[in-house]
Amino acid sequence: MNTDVAMILLQDGLVSGAIYILLATALVLVFSVTRVIFVPQGDLVAFTALTLSAFEAGERPGTIWIVTFAAGIAVSLEMVEAARWRDRARALQSLLRFGLVPAVVILAALFLVPKTAPLVWKMAVSAGLITCLGPLIYRIVFQPMAAASPLVLLIAAIAAHLGLNSIGLHAFGPEGVRTEGFSGAPLALFGMIVTPQAAGVLASSVVVVAALYLFFRFPLRGRALLAAAHNRRGAEIVGISTVAAGRTVFVLAGLAAAISGLLIGPTTTLYYDSGFILGLKGFVGAIVGGMAVYPLAAAGALLVGTVESFASFWASAYRDVVVFLLIIPVLFWRSVSVLAPEDGLE
Amino acid sequence: MTALLQIERFSVRYGRLLAVKDVSLEAHAGEVTTVIGPNGAGKTSLVNAIMGLVPFEGSLAFPAWPGASRSIEARIRARISLVPETRDLFGPMSVLDNLRLGAFALRREAGFDMASRLAEIFALFPRLAERRDQRADTLSGGERQMLALGRALMLRPSFLMLDEPSLGLAPMIVAEMFRIIQRLKDDGVSILLIEQNARAALRISDRAYVLENGAVHLAGKAGEIAADPRVIDAYLGGSMALADSGRQRVSGRR
Repeated sequence: MNTDVAMILLQDGLVSGAIYILLATALVLVFSVTRVIFVPQGDLVAFTALTLSAFEAGERPGTIWIVTFAAGIAVSLEMVEAARWRDRARALQSLLRFGLVPAVVILAALFLVPKTAPLVWKMAVSAGLITCLGPLIYRIVFQPMAAASPLVLLIAAIAAHLGLNSIGLHAFGPEGVRTEGFSGAPLALFGMIVTPQAAGVLASSVVVVAALYLFFRFPLRGRALLAAAHNRRGAEIVGISTVAAGRTVFVLAGLAAAISGLLIGPTTTLYYDSGFILGLKGFVGAIVGGMAVYPLAAAGALLVGTVESFASFWASAYRDVVVFLLIIPVLFWRSVSVLAPEDGLE
Repeated sequence: MTALLQIERFSVRYGRLLAVKDVSLEAHAGEVTTVIGPNGAGKTSLVNAIMGLVPFEGSLAFPAWPGASRSIEARIRARISLVPETRDLFGPMSVLDNLRLGAFALRREAGFDMASRLAEIFALFPRLAERRDQRADTLSGGERQMLALGRALMLRPSFLMLDEPSLGLAPMIVAEMFRIIQRLKDDGVSILLIEQNARAALRISDRAYVLENGAVHLAGKAGEIAADPRVIDAYLGGSMALADSGRQRVSGRR
């Protein structure tokens, strides 16, 4: 291997690492606030690419029906609960939140995305549909059992993943897709050829992570989410609803998954069931950060991307094996180091 | 006198363990109501259930705020606030952030001014102003308790529940704590005080309940409870003459 090849592999690795950073960050975020390991995240990534590809083909994506049904279930659950408390304000609020918002996105997807629409608009509507799914999954699967132990929540997350997998096969069919991405002439940077896709992925990842950082650093709403992660009871007694906090992080996780799907779609063929492996790679990154420390999780995600890229050069059939082997030394190192006790893990 | 809190035949259960059984209790506007009792009597379970943090059986009503018993958020909207025994601060966040989050529920209210709210709390606890940028989990025990109380006061509560505010604090800080509680009472805040430090608690209270093994053992005016021979024996460690002489004794615990 010469330096040129190494640089190309490194570039590839950093680009996929940048996508895994998004996944790892969202996993850590969801876990620290709700103690859910968000296994279905990968499915949302795959669904995003499948949705966008349907729009590109001028078809109506199956996501529309998934969101419609999920919103229907969520609204019914909310109505039953509001009726039990005879709480009209809550009923109205739920109708807006779980009924109106998805309805607007669904109507846009049904009638406002002709085949000739610009790519950015198709991307935005795809991301909108997938982002809606985040809080809907939370409402239907996790909110009713929010007080359960992390293990029970993990089991529910796996069940949700398996469910989405089957729904995905039904809604999208078994074909794999590739979507359009950033296009244009390649750029030369420090003697390296950088494709617009690679530059676009890196830039988007940086922008999203920076936006998340700013959201958690400055507005009181962001601080409140962090507070709910640090101390649930403390959050409850100052009026930070843990349900609302959970819903918000699932919106963010849905959005992160959607953006990852848009970024990864042009370089990897995605099937209805490709999401799990992608999510698992984000998870390996998150584990490096002990599911608690964001910069470490990001470093872990970059490591996963780089290792994967070099592994596919040397032993492409075993690249996933090599990536997942990473987790063993990482777990060993974490078990002997005293750094950052996993306070979220209880 | 209007009742702010009325509970009747109130029980808290953890699995098969009955922590609070058939308790009836009232707290009135402008008063300090105190619940004393030994460790494990169910005081914390009682107050956590009143706040809505743990499920309960029986009836719970806040007559002044219908609907407040529906959820924790509804209680907070009614300006009912709790300082829990475990403090439950946001450890890795700064003192200032902890206080700002105390007013989280008010942030959209008309006329709410975070800066003036903070200034009031800092005037009450100058120590917190000095440490405003420090992480909450690096504070001393007394400062943490001040922060927990300050965070609850950010809400400008109309009904404040304090769970063992003197627990684990040095005597001087305990005295300071009770001075602050007295001051809040003078400002018109109604308080439900849970204490093991019976002597100091009874001195500033209007109404008192003695909780033992999850049930109300004695109830009445604080003065009468303090004069009850059983209470003197069990909680005050001898004659009340010491307390009446105004000396700062903070014993009386068992």
